[in-house]
Amino acid sequence: MNRAAYYVTAAAFAVLFVFPLLWSGWSSIRPGDAFSLDSYRRLATYGEGLGVYVTNTVILVVLTVAGTLTVATLAGYAFARFPFPGRGVLFVLTLAILMVPYPTILIPLYVLLGWLGLQDSLVGLALVMIMFQLPFAVFMMRNAFESVPRTLDEAAMIDGAGSLRVLLRILLPAVVPGLVTVGLFAFLASWNDYVAPLILISSNDRFTLPVAVVNMRLHNFGAVDYPTMQAGVVFMALPCLLLFLILQRYYVRGFMSGALRG
Amino acid sequence: MSNSQRVRDRAPVAAATHRSHARARRPRRRSSGLVGLAYASPAALIVGLFFVVPLALVVWMSLNNWPLLAAPTFNAPANYTRIADNDLVLDAVVFTLKYTAVVTVLLFTISFGLALLVQRRRPGVGLFRGAFFLPAAVGWATATLLFFGLLSDQIGPLNDMLVAVGLIDEPVSWTAGDPEVAFGSTVTLVIWRWAGFNMLILLTGLQTIPTEIYEAARVDGASAVQAFRRITLPLMRPTIALVLCLMVTGSMLGFEQFYILTRGGPGNSTTSVVMVIVREAFVRFNLGSAAAMSVLVLIALVVLNALQLAFIRKRTQ
Repeated sequence: MNRAAYYVTAAAFAVLFVFPLLWSGWSSIRPGDAFSLDSYRRLATYGEGLGVYVTNTVILVVLTVAGTLTVATLAGYAFARFPFPGRGVLFVLTLAILMVPYPTILIPLYVLLGWLGLQDSLVGLALVMIMFQLPFAVFMMRNAFESVPRTLDEAAMIDGAGSLRVLLRILLPAVVPGLVTVGLFAFLASWNDYVAPLILISSNDRFTLPVAVVNMRLHNFGAVDYPTMQAGVVFMALPCLLLFLILQRYYVRGFMSGALRG
Repeated sequence: MSNSQRVRDRAPVAAATHRSHARARRPRRRSSGLVGLAYASPAALIVGLFFVVPLALVVWMSLNNWPLLAAPTFNAPANYTRIADNDLVLDAVVFTLKYTAVVTVLLFTISFGLALLVQRRRPGVGLFRGAFFLPAAVGWATATLLFFGLLSDQIGPLNDMLVAVGLIDEPVSWTAGDPEVAFGSTVTLVIWRWAGFNMLILLTGLQTIPTEIYEAARVDGASAVQAFRRITLPLMRPTIALVLCLMVTGSMLGFEQFYILTRGGPGNSTTSVVMVIVREAFVRFNLGSAAAMSVLVLIALVVLNALQLAFIRKRTQ
């Protein structure tokens, strides 16, 4: 393809892909013929108040990211460094989560969380989100630990350091890129997910942002407040777009490992 | 995975060569199984409790009449036999298969086209790649809601633009009028949100092909089309299979694009299988029947994924 044709084609597609995002921002600040932040003011007081939904979402994100990082780091360390009984079975079971379609086990999870006293709870939801993150996260962390030379921790062990000390002092600094990737994907999943909170959370004051903002479209009484809805879209999209721009490298790393799955 | 296998196989040899060290450290070695188990136990607990138990539970639920609030009673195989009589389910299955076929063909063609377009390093190529991927950085429900506004006749620019250009005479309802139009809207949304994502995976596949192969082919007088058919396609087969696998699975499980954008309508024309499952469980409060549908979807997709993986393995050997 010659240069001119390439640039015209690529630019045309770029405009098509970026335009809806720009339009969303535009329509949230220009509802009529003049600029106005009214849609954001209405968003702030929407439903239980935006603060409640943001708080819920932040609680979910913090629990999911911290939980995924902790569980996957410990498991990755175990898989990379210690032969233990049931190692193969656990690894296969963890990866099998990828084979099971997300929505099909949410219904038994709804019943199970009820039995555990975790129905309609952000903690229960976070545990489910952590479970869905584990195949990617454990795989990622195991590979990260395996790429660190064993001589490093063997030397420390001979000096008398325990395995936990070796993990925290010696290995963790070496697997930071893996931790960033795992944390990034856990953030994106818990910040954005709609189906799991839709099914597992039922109280209005415990809704996360996506459920609350989508309700503007689903539970309106006749009229949808479109500019406020787009303000909600912008509010949810901006952190993700910023993270993408800052952490592009880690995105690609995450996809590479996904692409090598086969 | 084969790499870790190799490391594990080599371990006894390493242990033998360092016997003198091993003797001094024997107590620690014997306990290393327990140490590993301790580090893996949080993961084992979560996988066991929130994955293995629900998997068994969904099968058990599908064998019971399981109302939302009352106690369940065994009624197998009524939940399964009743599915065959449920017209809504059958319509949803047909619709989901049709949707999967259309999305997979269009999305794959566009994603692969974009990947080939930005394959070569040229000035500005990074910007184009970033622009194509940008919609994939936004959450799926967020993207769906964005499209709902974009396509609305209240604030959406689409109708005004198309009327101005003369493509349509009067505003069209893109999500709640003609079933075919609503269907087209969901497909457009999916392509906009997922093309860049799949482009990126295909691009990483394309970049593993050594450029020397293309140069050698050109020296031998191969045309661009021949190089594509004889070099690119065969070497890309594993990546293509993976991308198709993701597309088919994702489309079969489609939910947000229907639940949020079209509400499954107009009528029930865009009601997908997962929508029917959710409706059965949380609108009709019949969890047993929803569990039976889940089990069938689960089996269908696991078989499909296994076939796909077997195909990839065979081709790469």
